[in-house]
Amino acid sequence: MAKYTLNINGKKQEVEVSAETPILWVLRNHLKLVGTKYGCGIAQCGSCTVHLNGVATRSCMLPVSAVGNQEITTIEGLSEHGDHPVQKAWLEVDVAQCGYCQSGQIMTATALLNNNPSPTDEEIEGAMNGNICRCGTYTRIKKAIKLASES
Amino acid sequence: MTLVQTKIGRRAFIKNTGMASGGLVLGFSWLNSCKPEQATKIAAIEMPKEWFDINAYLKIGDNGIATILSPNPEFGQGVITSMPMIVAEELDIAWKNVLVEQAPFNAELFGRQFTGGSQGIRRGWEGLRLAGATARQMLKEAAAQAWQVPVSEINTESGILKHTGSDKTGSYGEFAAAAAQLSVPEEVQLKEVSDFKIIGHSKKNVKGKEIVTGKPLFGVDYMKGGMLYAMPVFPPAFGMKLKDFDMASVQSMPGIRDVFKIRTHEEDYQRNGFDTTTFTEPIIIVGDSNWEVMQAKKAIRAQWEPFEDYSFPMMGRGGAQTVTVPSGLERSSAHMAKMQEMDAKPGRVVRRDGNPEAAFKKAAKVIERSYSCPFLAHNCMEPINFFAHVTDDKAELAGPLQAPEFIEGTLATRLGLPIEKIDIHMTRMGGGFGRRAYCHYAVEAALVSKKVNAPVQLMYSREDDMTFGIYRPAYYATYKAALDENNNLLAFHVKAGGIPEHPLAANRFPAGAIDNYLAETWEIPSNITIGAFRAPRSNFIAGAEQSFLDELASEMGKDPIEFRLELLDRATKDPVGENNDYEAERYAGVLKLVKEKSNWGINDSGLNRGVSAYFCHNSYVAHVLDLKMENGTPKVANVSCAIDCGIVVNPDAAANMAEGAIIDGIGNAMFGEMTFSEGRPDKSNFNDYRMIRMGEAPKNIEVHFVKNEIAPTGMGEPPFPPIFGAYANALYKATGQRHYHQPFGSNKPQIIG
Repeated sequence: MAKYTLNINGKKQEVEVSAETPILWVLRNHLKLVGTKYGCGIAQCGSCTVHLNGVATRSCMLPVSAVGNQEITTIEGLSEHGDHPVQKAWLEVDVAQCGYCQSGQIMTATALLNNNPSPTDEEIEGAMNGNICRCGTYTRIKKAIKLASES
Repeated sequence: MTLVQTKIGRRAFIKNTGMASGGLVLGFSWLNSCKPEQATKIAAIEMPKEWFDINAYLKIGDNGIATILSPNPEFGQGVITSMPMIVAEELDIAWKNVLVEQAPFNAELFGRQFTGGSQGIRRGWEGLRLAGATARQMLKEAAAQAWQVPVSEINTESGILKHTGSDKTGSYGEFAAAAAQLSVPEEVQLKEVSDFKIIGHSKKNVKGKEIVTGKPLFGVDYMKGGMLYAMPVFPPAFGMKLKDFDMASVQSMPGIRDVFKIRTHEEDYQRNGFDTTTFTEPIIIVGDSNWEVMQAKKAIRAQWEPFEDYSFPMMGRGGAQTVTVPSGLERSSAHMAKMQEMDAKPGRVVRRDGNPEAAFKKAAKVIERSYSCPFLAHNCMEPINFFAHVTDDKAELAGPLQAPEFIEGTLATRLGLPIEKIDIHMTRMGGGFGRRAYCHYAVEAALVSKKVNAPVQLMYSREDDMTFGIYRPAYYATYKAALDENNNLLAFHVKAGGIPEHPLAANRFPAGAIDNYLAETWEIPSNITIGAFRAPRSNFIAGAEQSFLDELASEMGKDPIEFRLELLDRATKDPVGENNDYEAERYAGVLKLVKEKSNWGINDSGLNRGVSAYFCHNSYVAHVLDLKMENGTPKVANVSCAIDCGIVVNPDAAANMAEGAIIDGIGNAMFGEMTFSEGRPDKSNFNDYRMIRMGEAPKNIEVHFVKNEIAPTGMGEPPFPPIFGAYANALYKATGQRHYHQPFGSNKPQIIG
């Protein structure tokens, strides 16, 4: 066990956990930030996606000891009032079915648009390939990303 | 206006005094946990100073806004929006003035709170309308009394009461207190379908904002002070059970509180039909965090052994019975050999029309094709989990479940508590697809909480979730058609079976359309557990049947849509047999609509198109799927879908469901497969179980609804089964090869790095 000071959603947060603990579980169990979801634990489904210094990162395989003072942004920190253009586009297209994977989808999509404000269909598919939606909302996710890219 | 007796669901309309004092007891509600000013801000609606309970479904605030409760569990099908829409329509209130909450589980008030069989809206329709209409009537009566005018002279419009003949008006908020004191009317007027202002007009998911901001909506997000984290350790294979385990191997690991085994059911317990479970004696590890418990799961030393055949009593649909679970470590290769062996033998005849044997004897040509599909895991994105806090005198439970009423009694029996001491909160589910109708994990969580005397969240790892069983069964079907020398269809024969159940609905199309028809079934017992999976049985047999009809049409030199319409025409005008369970005209209706909307037969020579149609869950769906080959890989360019599910409550949300069903179906047709080696599931996570991803989904999906005024029927499941056939038929056009055995594509996932 060791103490770590993490920079999460613009706030310093202290946790005492073992070095290999993935950020996913630090967020969920220790900091009660449960918007980031567990789906597979092996970085194959994307439900646990957060931003690490703005880069979409699977938090289920990101050990707390590897983070240092890099900035972590979770779905809770994406916008203050839930009005990030990607969140607004998600609502406009009414993307969600069960909604469980959507925070990960939104975090991946946001990172994509930060780097590439007008992605093509192929670029969207490439960036979103790591995020599974079991309900099958893929066509709406793509539509929402395009809508957000226009705003 | 239609006058309707208020007998249905009357108990829910009679004010419950137990709830009246402090407002309704709401379910797991994030909004409700907020302070009023915060809730006002988040909901973007002014909160009232006081609420008045009109009936169990709704309360009205002194400022005229309404809170409507959605009775059924929500797993993404959208009832949390569409059920309150039905209430709001008959209440006659502006949708922007409605707040929605998940109802508590209370079968006495709300009847069957069950998500499954696509029955939510169909069975809820009348009761939900009455809940709104009785409330509106009570508000009208309250206004009539206050204004000293006959109630017949009062009208409503979007939350405003008006007196015809004077300028008296008032909002629902002004009369809510008085209305709440009135008795429930014996008779109420329901709106005409043509007067609907909310039903049929798309509304956004009421939980959308909470979803996109990551609020704690799901069972796995449930938190309570002092809560411990528990995870199970199960045998590695079907056919095995726990022999022994070494507690010392993990007891001293960091963050580990306790290690023990539980028994989900007592040996003599008579299970109900939804008490399906696979491993009744798991090891449980309890600790301070999921991660620490996961490490202990990896480290624990346990011995497992094969079990002998065993039996348990069950009260199922067919009454009391004894279920025997066979011993053995099963293999998928042996499964296929056994299914083919059964297929070669005579089956159990479940329907016979005319003289099929004689017709086959005199046939000029017989076409025979066999189809199969593997077991499938549900793979809901939210892994199995449940919260429990069990004390000596009560049990508080919360989590994702489709059928609370089926587990309530099981919990009561197992915990030795009266049913009224068991409180189950229904959380939003991260998918369900049938899996969460079997809520053994609530019992497991309760037993763990009782043992450690603390609130506990039990969660399965993805691997536990995927390898536990309760799968979609493996099925096999052989279709035969007899043609005369002029390619007229003389007879039709289907023989279908599976492990451990058969998939056939013998009275469905094309039964009723063919003079000589024979249907047979068979089954092979297994210790691999199965359960409902989106459109059970139909999810295989539709694809097999619709692929066979396609090949048959081709052999007969007919257009596949025209061939189906000819058969349906026969079933409409001169149906064969008595018990045909579909309406042939509605069936033909969706085929005609999809033909029109997809421009079938018009400039489509360059497209690889497949058509398919099916009836299940009281609804009719037809798809036309266009497929392109890109570098040898099939890509779905477009899917046109036509649905007849009666009145569509929330059209855009219903379209979302259909789009999801289409993508889910294409994914499972192409990739979905669970196989077994020596009883052990060969796949345990998304690195080896291939799921459809965005790049494999259709580029475009168009959903069209047949417009009619028929009371709503199933929506979540019906678009799923026929997509398998449309895909297979398009794949034939694209590749020149018929595909008979699912999955049609590679089951090896791409590794995502």
